[in-house]
Amino acid sequence: MVIQGLAFYLFALITVAAGVMVITARNPVHSVLYLILAFFNSAALFLLMGAEFVAFILIIVYVGAVAVLFLFVVMMLDIDFARLREGVVRYLPIGALVGLVLLVELLVVLGAWTIAPGGETRIASPQPSLESGLTNTEALGNLIYTDYVYAFQIAGLILLVAMIGAIVLTLRTRTVRRQRIADQVNRRPEEVLVIRKVEPGEGI
Amino acid sequence: MTQMPDIAPALPEIFLALAGMALLMLGVFKGDRSTRLVAYLTVLSFVVAGFLLVSTVETPSRTFGGMFVADDFAVFMKILSLLGSALAVIMSLEFIEREQMARFEFPVLFLFATLGMMLMISAGSLLSLYLGLELQSLSLYVVAAFRRDTVRSSEAGLKYFVLGALSSGMLLYGASLIYGFTGTIDFVRLAETFAEGGQVGIGLIIGIVFIAAGLAFKVSAVPFHMWTPDVYEGAPTPVTAFFAVAPKVAAIALFLRVMVGPFGDLVLQWQQIVVVISILSMLLGAYAAINQTNIKRLMAYSSIGHMGYALIGLAAGTERGVSGVLIYMAIYLAMNVGTFACILSMRVNRRMVEGINDLAGLSKTNPLMALSLAVFMFSMAGIPPLAGFFGKLSVFLAAIDAQLYTLAIIGVLTSVVGAFYYIRIVKLMYFDDPVESFDRPIGRDMTLVLTGTGLFTAFFFLFPAPIMDAATRAAQSLLAG
Repeated sequence: MVIQGLAFYLFALITVAAGVMVITARNPVHSVLYLILAFFNSAALFLLMGAEFVAFILIIVYVGAVAVLFLFVVMMLDIDFARLREGVVRYLPIGALVGLVLLVELLVVLGAWTIAPGGETRIASPQPSLESGLTNTEALGNLIYTDYVYAFQIAGLILLVAMIGAIVLTLRTRTVRRQRIADQVNRRPEEVLVIRKVEPGEGI
Repeated sequence: MTQMPDIAPALPEIFLALAGMALLMLGVFKGDRSTRLVAYLTVLSFVVAGFLLVSTVETPSRTFGGMFVADDFAVFMKILSLLGSALAVIMSLEFIEREQMARFEFPVLFLFATLGMMLMISAGSLLSLYLGLELQSLSLYVVAAFRRDTVRSSEAGLKYFVLGALSSGMLLYGASLIYGFTGTIDFVRLAETFAEGGQVGIGLIIGIVFIAAGLAFKVSAVPFHMWTPDVYEGAPTPVTAFFAVAPKVAAIALFLRVMVGPFGDLVLQWQQIVVVISILSMLLGAYAAINQTNIKRLMAYSSIGHMGYALIGLAAGTERGVSGVLIYMAIYLAMNVGTFACILSMRVNRRMVEGINDLAGLSKTNPLMALSLAVFMFSMAGIPPLAGFFGKLSVFLAAIDAQLYTLAIIGVLTSVVGAFYYIRIVKLMYFDDPVESFDRPIGRDMTLVLTGTGLFTAFFFLFPAPIMDAATRAAQSLLAG
């Protein structure tokens, strides 16, 4: 229990610290790297909760795809981040005010939060009980490939259409004239050359 | 172990999905020269899917854990969208070859959009609703921007995409609120929850409003119509013809299914929303179209107005109202396909023209086309005995039945205003001097489509029974389910 608690505070602390660094780091590449650190630590937090599937997805999708994409964009686009940050001090008061209002609103909403009586009896989605010994990857797999096979297949079709669309709208088949060495070697002078006798003062 | 779900009710959709993938493979291996072949095969798959729909699907049935519903209503609407899509593919063929945009993905994307529409129409839960809608919209965004080298087409695609994403977001937000307040996304369980009565929370109403807003965007009803004129004008004309027909049918079907099905017992909560949307759409459709000079923009405003009329039937919320909407959509499909066949034939010196004034004196240069366009325009204006009159009549009668007198009166008044710009086109064609004659011939496919829809519109009043009966049965199945 103690170790779990310690691990939670360690990962949580690093996540928050990395989050702060994402928005304060001077170099945008460093920001993205801090973002990746934050993702890894959030994944560790999910693991502590016993949600190993979400943890893996977070690493595979966010770190593997999204963050790398960010990195590409940051490196390829020439964005002057120093200029974007100008005037932070000037806008700080109004930003703090908006933040404060949001915080108060959240407190008001969450303070009055009640769950509808009898709401839990209406829950339609099946949940595997802890005693069944299913890992949540297995439980999700069971659902996706049985009860939700229809939605799964349609999602596949949507991705197929997205792929076709990307190809239709961007692919250009350029007709590049390739060098064919055999053709060049096989060329005979008599096929391409005509020798004319030009009379002086007449031209061709 | 979980049982294997029963796939028989979804057989047409499964066939269409497999056909789409097979055609994609064919196109990839054969290259863009195979566009014509792929397009014909696409139309063939629509026909086969329609055949499967009529012959193999037992109604009513639910499968995939209630996510997929097949009832008479779904069959009726699916046949309409299949028909609309098939005609759109046929009409687009010549255009895409002429304008150097003949790529095999074009008919394949139409096919996937149609598949999305069929899934929307059969949606049995908020999840399958969203997935079907997204499949359809995503394909439509791509075909809107299909002429990627012209600014207007790219602009249309981008605009449609950004606003469509916004509306999807609203729809999802509404769905999440409803899930949060009821604990289920299944339409049947939602209906049971509301049938118990009790107090309807404010959160739930906000959820329904957001879902209605998302759906109103898809049918392009005011105040969510802003994208329509720009997208209609910018997209390639056959794509506009497609937009004006099949997706509208599917979106109206979805609107009906969601509002009448799970939220049927909350009719007092959503009726006023639908009434306001309907009135605003009719007014805008009537007045904003008057000043248009581009015929595609005119058709955009006209379709906004038509959606307003169709929503009258939904606002009534009765069986008569629902069957009125179904009849209206069937007739709307024929009129719009025919009108767009005319617009696609408006070419001067091998160039497409889109101005309304280009139609001047058409009766002297191409009497057949002028006659059929006149039939469509009179029908859209609602002049008896053409088909459009019966569509309007059925929704107005439903509104009067449900004691929505204001709605019916405003509907009649706006259709008088609308008649002005429809009949102005007829006047231009018959009483003005010709400027430049259009290129002839207009093509065999186009003549066929034009004649077919023209005959349907003109002589619907002689044989209204099959469609009327089918619509009544479909409405009964929706209200029973």
